[in-house]
Amino acid sequence: MKILVPLKRVADPENANKVKIAAPAGGLAPKIETTGLEWKPNPFDEYALEAALRLTENGTAVKARLGEVIVVTFGPAECDQTLRGALATGADRAIRVDVTDDQLDGDLVARALAKLVDQVKPDLVLMGKQTVDSDSNQVAQLLAAYLGWPQVTFAANIVNEDNKALKIGRVADGGQINVRVQLPAVVNVEDRVVNPKGVTSPPTPATHKYADGVRFAPLPAIMQAKKKPLEVKKLADLGVEAAPKVKYLGYEAPPARKAGVKVKTVAELVDKLKNEAKVL
Amino acid sequence: MADILVVAEIVDGIVKKPTLAAIAFARDAAKAAGGTFAILAVGAGLDAAAKELSACGASKVLVADDPYTKNYLAERFAPTVAAAAKGFGVVAFPAATSGKDLAPRVAAKLGAGYAPDISGFKAEGGKLSYKRPMYAGNAFGWMQVSTPVEVVSVRPTEFTAAEPTGGASAIEKVAVVQDDPAAGKIEFLSFDVVKSERPELTEAKVIVAGGRSVKEKFMDVLSPLADTLGAAIGASRAACDAGYCPTDLQVGQTGKVVAPTLYLAIGISGAIQHLAGMKGSKTIVAINKDPEAPIFQVSDYGLVADLFAVVPELTAAIKAAKA
Repeated sequence: MKILVPLKRVADPENANKVKIAAPAGGLAPKIETTGLEWKPNPFDEYALEAALRLTENGTAVKARLGEVIVVTFGPAECDQTLRGALATGADRAIRVDVTDDQLDGDLVARALAKLVDQVKPDLVLMGKQTVDSDSNQVAQLLAAYLGWPQVTFAANIVNEDNKALKIGRVADGGQINVRVQLPAVVNVEDRVVNPKGVTSPPTPATHKYADGVRFAPLPAIMQAKKKPLEVKKLADLGVEAAPKVKYLGYEAPPARKAGVKVKTVAELVDKLKNEAKVL
Repeated sequence: MADILVVAEIVDGIVKKPTLAAIAFARDAAKAAGGTFAILAVGAGLDAAAKELSACGASKVLVADDPYTKNYLAERFAPTVAAAAKGFGVVAFPAATSGKDLAPRVAAKLGAGYAPDISGFKAEGGKLSYKRPMYAGNAFGWMQVSTPVEVVSVRPTEFTAAEPTGGASAIEKVAVVQDDPAAGKIEFLSFDVVKSERPELTEAKVIVAGGRSVKEKFMDVLSPLADTLGAAIGASRAACDAGYCPTDLQVGQTGKVVAPTLYLAIGISGAIQHLAGMKGSKTIVAINKDPEAPIFQVSDYGLVADLFAVVPELTAAIKAAKA
């Protein structure tokens, strides 16, 4: 199976509370200031990469690749670092589409990915359900629509059926919806897909138990990743024009929540809930 | 300003609650920008749902009722929604399971720009701007869609569910369109409903949520309190990751976004991504033995105490207070 995994670097999500928004009184800030925050791969994209690796290997002998995982990102030269990290983790080759971040919106990424899919011809595009910066959850669905492919969003578990179809459990309000999708398809994943039993793929024995979470690159792999192919393309090479369909007017900080009070006893808490908050 | 079409979320013939938030948005936005709103129901066996939706003050309720759309699949629903959207300026979905899946596919078919998961809006000169949470709720962006048709999804917790107006909108049947090339490539197999006596997390008025420090007997510790309050049980990501509770209980930016009237955070430290999923709750109670836990910065009432001692005591006290 050949899998294309789009990756995005984001400002460190663990420190997202340190994003600065310098909005004038009653107005909007022109941008979200992330200076000083470290760039990291979007966590959901890392889960997608892990799932892609599990689908293209025998989990008991991971060095012998049984398929191909191609990672792609859109961004300036600094993003090569994100791609090298993915190559060290186990991806086979990488593509960077050279653009500046401010040229992009989700729709443009989806249109460019559709052109890239025409060139790379993957059986599956596997991606995170959303990036933790813009939190949009849209590129997988847009891409599937542009390609005329089926889509499965919020995948929590994936069963590979002979590299031709996937049986997927997707997270729904109130339960899980199970679908079978013929490849090629676009799938986006939840964090749960990297649970020990999140991905089932025939070359890996059913008895094999993956570690919980994503794998980390061993040091030799980090060195070897420097020799793996990394191709740079221009947006124009893909025949896509930057024509954003949305525009951001500006940004504001969330309203501060009024500091609460500490109560000393359960009795005091129940009294406040009943007589002050009136929620009992 | 053109008119707004709300795409209802219906499962097994039942209108899901997030739909009512999307209707509230459409009603208010149409009023502010000078237009009307209609509702579209897609599914099978929709008589009761159509009747319920016709009481929400819409100009009309469009109903695509066909066995082809019995179970939700984007590939089966999107063509019908795109066809019904003709003549509307804004197509609004609840930002819930199928709405979030469907909205971008419809946007692509309509060549429309998409505003995902909006939490507010304003109208100036008939043009709508949308407010949406980003960076796990640490920033809000204001955006506009520049295409002739706009697609939005509406964060259910940020709009008060529309109440029936008493009137009855005209119900109009529309045909199901079957022209998505991918529809034959995907098959609905089953819906594993999580059976619970308790309300659904996203629909609950009260939520009792536990963190990692609730430990292995997670359900045993929290159930009596939840039962007393008629509450749903939620959890932090750490508790889910540790395997103390099912992962579908996870509240947070990467789990369920909730905004109940009362949220009890028990043994939850308050990681940024958890706060993003619950800080819209009306009243927040935090119980944690660490007085420095970040959860106390967002809670209305904080109790620094050992949860294992306090939760049974609280259960008994609430029982007594309610009696």
